[in-house]
Amino acid sequence: MEGITSVLMVGVGGQGIILASDIMTRAALEAGYDAKKSEIHGMSQRGGSVFSHVRFGSKVHSPVIPQQGADVLVSLEEMETARWLSYVSEDTNLILTRQRILPANMTEYPEGIEAEIRKHYPKVIVVEPEVVKQHTGSAKFLNVALLGVVSRFVAIPESAWEAAIQAEVPAGTFESNVNAFRIGKNLQE
Amino acid sequence: MNGMKKELLSGNESIARGAYEAGVTVGTGYPGTPSTEILENLTRYPGVYTEWSVNEKVALEVAIGASLAGARTLVTMKHVGVNVAADPLFTSSYIGVKGGLVIVTADDPSMHSSQNEQDSRHYAAAAKIPMLEPSGSQEARDFTARAFEISEQYDTPVFVRTTTRVSHSKGVVTGTGERTEKPVEGFQRNITKYVMIPAFARQRHAEVEKRLARLEEDCNGFDLNTIEYRDTQIGVITSGIAYEYIRETLPDVSVLKLGMVNPLPWKLIDTFIRNVKQVFVVEELDPFLETRLKARGYQVIGKELFPLEGELTPDSIREKITGEISAARIPVNIAVPQRPPSLCPGCPHRKVFSLLNREKVTVTGDIGCYTLGVLPPFSAMDTCVDMGASIGVAQGIEIAEGPESTRKTVAVIGDSTFAHSGITGLINAAYNKRNSLIIVLDNGTTAMTGMQPNPLSGETIAGEQTSVIDYARLAEAVGIRRENIRIVDAYKDAEIEDALTTLLAGKQLSLMVVQGLCVILRRKKKK
Repeated sequence: MEGITSVLMVGVGGQGIILASDIMTRAALEAGYDAKKSEIHGMSQRGGSVFSHVRFGSKVHSPVIPQQGADVLVSLEEMETARWLSYVSEDTNLILTRQRILPANMTEYPEGIEAEIRKHYPKVIVVEPEVVKQHTGSAKFLNVALLGVVSRFVAIPESAWEAAIQAEVPAGTFESNVNAFRIGKNLQE
Repeated sequence: MNGMKKELLSGNESIARGAYEAGVTVGTGYPGTPSTEILENLTRYPGVYTEWSVNEKVALEVAIGASLAGARTLVTMKHVGVNVAADPLFTSSYIGVKGGLVIVTADDPSMHSSQNEQDSRHYAAAAKIPMLEPSGSQEARDFTARAFEISEQYDTPVFVRTTTRVSHSKGVVTGTGERTEKPVEGFQRNITKYVMIPAFARQRHAEVEKRLARLEEDCNGFDLNTIEYRDTQIGVITSGIAYEYIRETLPDVSVLKLGMVNPLPWKLIDTFIRNVKQVFVVEELDPFLETRLKARGYQVIGKELFPLEGELTPDSIREKITGEISAARIPVNIAVPQRPPSLCPGCPHRKVFSLLNREKVTVTGDIGCYTLGVLPPFSAMDTCVDMGASIGVAQGIEIAEGPESTRKTVAVIGDSTFAHSGITGLINAAYNKRNSLIIVLDNGTTAMTGMQPNPLSGETIAGEQTSVIDYARLAEAVGIRRENIRIVDAYKDAEIEDALTTLLAGKQLSLMVVQGLCVILRRKKKK
């Protein structure tokens, strides 16, 4: 749809996707857009897949991204990237985190997922969680650092991102979160 | 001062906000996805009493009392919760209101977290109660406030219906945030209106029909329903989230957006249909609108195209109406394993289900986190029907199989579910002389819906200390023999095993309570 930016954020419960997508939606609002987001609550604590659709533009109708309509797919877990490919087109910027979380009922993680994705989609950015952790000082800032990566591909000014982070993160953590955001924004592949 | 601030709110947060601004002073309900956050949010506002009631029937009865005493009251539940509240629901239509009474039903098309995907709109028609259906957060707030006005103006409870996509999606809401205070006059006697013996109920039914007729006339002028003419080759009649999907993928079609689905604004509908060429009805789940339109003689296209099951999506709607299939996906050869939800690592329920699996008993189950005991590696549940069913179904199996049956049947139920509708099953077992073993898994919280307090956890919704049901005394009072009542520590495997094997061998009506705090709460407390 013209004029609407759609970002699909996916991963596993406990990775902070809902907070990150709250920040992103808020940032869009701060930047003057109409914004909506859509997710299913409740399965996160029980090891399930988590996803959040964020959409913004001059006027947003559907909170759900149409098929192949994601401008950015940002995934915090390798396998989860592949689960949501129906929302992705050749124009989508895929941000894939090299993090593997084994499903509860499996013993071996399936190989070759990243390679298969890179074969078919031209715009893939890979993020190494260890590198992010080294720069930010803790694994718990991965979700916000990934917002920094996303910010390279969407038209939201940094001031709006910062205002959103300020509004959404726990009291006293603004500096460390903004720092993580900036690290993600400047991350070299 | 013009306080037109913009906020990002979920549908549920918006309903709470709308109720607060409309002067609600009482809120009741029972946890149930996707409705739970409404009452949780309402609790945070000043000047509003809220409670988690034991079940939806009690929640609605409490609400009826508050309404009759003059308080604006909100009741919240999920779609299957309306089944539990149905008894007071139907008669509340007859007795009317004093303070506005708004009942929120949050439906779950695609059953993201429910045992069925029933369509609550039928309740509105059957109980003769108006129903509003918001399409997003702004309307969730506005329609809730409006529902209180309609309730008092027409002397009727009013439904507000959402679905998961409206309840859990966030959108921009603008509003002044100011609250209209409504003085509570107190209960005043009105016997022929409030006491539904047949002689009085007959009069009230006549009033209900008159009220509906008035509303059916007036709603044509309500701004809840809107006509949007664009290209008149195609006209779509719709409501709820489907409206937004249509505006997204079919921006050029004409639309009749129904914000009120009962009663229907027939004058508006007649006008719309007259002015468009081909009419589609786009609704999730049942052909509620379609059936009524066809009964009026209209040729409309609905369920011959759209499914009866599951949610709609923006793409499926466009594909069905235009006949155009979306561009083929890039074929990617990856089989992605499922991540089914499972009992958390360290969950005390795991031990119980392992044991039940080992004992090879038939397990009648119930609704909560523990329902996950049905999945591997436990595979220790054979039935799950509705809240509290575990206890009754076990009895039915015992009766049908007869006293010579070698199969053992065990009922498993959680603490909140037990309080909700397990106690009546327990009384039935004692009164009708059954030999069931009933196991209550008490993890000190209503966990699956997000850790709400309940009558077994010792806290109210506001965090105040309160009485706790004493299982042993309850079981004895019901008629279970003391030696057949065992309360064990959920984190002590030996205790659980001993109690289970002993009670199974005894073959007498028994209650076993496995008590231990949910592992997630336990971790939080340690921090």
